[in-house]
Amino acid sequence: MRKRKFEELFFRVLMILATIIVSGSFFLIVGTIFFKGLPYMNWDMITKTPGGGFYIGKEGGILNAIIGSFYVAGGATVLGLIISIPVAIFINLYMDGKRFLSNTIRMAFDVLFGIPSIVYGAFGFLIMVYFGIRASLLGGIIAVTLLVIPILVRTLDEVIRTVPFELRDATLSLGATRWETAKVVLRQIRPGIFTAILLYFGRAIGDVASVLFTAGFSDNIPTSLHEPAATLPLAIFFQLGSPVEEVQGRGYASALILTIIVLIITVLADILIKKFSKHKI
Amino acid sequence: MTKTPHISVQHLDVHIGAQHILKDININIPDKKVTSIIGPSGCGKTTLLKSFNRLWDNTADVKITGKVLVDGEDIYAPDAEVTHIRKKMGLLSQRPYPLPMSIYDNVAYGPRIHGIRKKQVLDQLVEEQLKATGLWNEVKDRLNASATRLSIGQQQRLCLARGLAVGPEIILGDESTSALDPVSTAIIEDLFISLKEKYSIVLVTHILRQARRVSDYIIFVYMGKIIEFGPTEEVLLNPKEELTKEYVKGYIS
Repeated sequence: MRKRKFEELFFRVLMILATIIVSGSFFLIVGTIFFKGLPYMNWDMITKTPGGGFYIGKEGGILNAIIGSFYVAGGATVLGLIISIPVAIFINLYMDGKRFLSNTIRMAFDVLFGIPSIVYGAFGFLIMVYFGIRASLLGGIIAVTLLVIPILVRTLDEVIRTVPFELRDATLSLGATRWETAKVVLRQIRPGIFTAILLYFGRAIGDVASVLFTAGFSDNIPTSLHEPAATLPLAIFFQLGSPVEEVQGRGYASALILTIIVLIITVLADILIKKFSKHKI
Repeated sequence: MTKTPHISVQHLDVHIGAQHILKDININIPDKKVTSIIGPSGCGKTTLLKSFNRLWDNTADVKITGKVLVDGEDIYAPDAEVTHIRKKMGLLSQRPYPLPMSIYDNVAYGPRIHGIRKKQVLDQLVEEQLKATGLWNEVKDRLNASATRLSIGQQQRLCLARGLAVGPEIILGDESTSALDPVSTAIIEDLFISLKEKYSIVLVTHILRQARRVSDYIIFVYMGKIIEFGPTEEVLLNPKEELTKEYVKGYIS
């Protein structure tokens, strides 16, 4: 009996400790960025592009990187969805009876999902070289799209699989075609699609390695797809590498801005999910 | 029976994977009557029901041989057009699965995909079918509310209305009351009885009392074969076959 009680206590303490370590490190990370970055936060940071001498501690902000990041991540998420939704629909609703093939495709996406983003960056770079595209907004969007497609496909796939078979049977037995059935299924999973969009937008906006060679960097806000674009992760990287204290501080401020953006997106995702789940079975 | 029935099954065999689920099924489903398929679980009741509107098309490893004639047309013929066959049959599944849209749109969904666009016609159809399923008075003030807000019994009646709205000739019910409370079950059973004036109804049920309450004919299926088919009273009270006797008495289940 004593052994059982000891076991209970032991694992309870273990779980509490693990929880403290995990949530503690979260606060430590956010806290570090917050305290190091806050003194350098000001309106200029988010409303101005780098002025002359910004990188040696003079005036300016990182609006170029904020806008650039939104362009790259937004473009990649939209492009990724346009490609991923048909794939997810096809392997679920059109390939029934060919389970081996659809599972092979699923596995391929799982493998792609595990590939580090630097590889996507390198691959995107090769595509750009092949088509003669310079480091630009377009290049960045292509590389990040490649990065988000596997996760988008697998997430949408999992969401579609939660839709009960009986719902498909219901529309089919009304005489609906597969495409009409797919449209009902898409309606059913709309909350899931929104979650996927926002979560992977969050991931896309923070990824450094895929944009490293592909998007380039510029102090100006890009006005066309062919101009190089700055991104927040790279802006943080460059500033933190500077020996000037002022610039380093701004690096932390930039990290704070990125964190806040991701936080807002996450909260927004949460609200939208609740709003769109009203027809949920 | 003088004229050909809506559903006529000839030498139907169904394999799923290595299993032989249905073996040489031959049956004419009586028109404008309620026919119940009874039998122990796993005997092939639901498989038989779903083979009437080709819902097996969406499952892997299914092999079907033989004929299912719907209005004289073999639905498993290579050139058969499946959406038009399914339109002839309304399916009511075990649990209600309303479409993710409003009450009105649920009923209007079927007519819309079959090309009815005029609002007047749709309005009338929706009202008609909701009245036919006794739901109209309960929902007429909130037709635009989400269908998932309804109680489960109401949802099942909505699903029935949705099926009726495409103008089927046959209603297939797959243990349609198994998720419902006794009151909702009674409402659905009464609906089946009143609907047989216009429709031929085939139900799968594992509740013998229900089969007795609602059906005119009974098909007893055991291990993938039809053991007995006949009028309800005869099959339940005076079975000819030994197996039916044992099942009705509760020796096998």
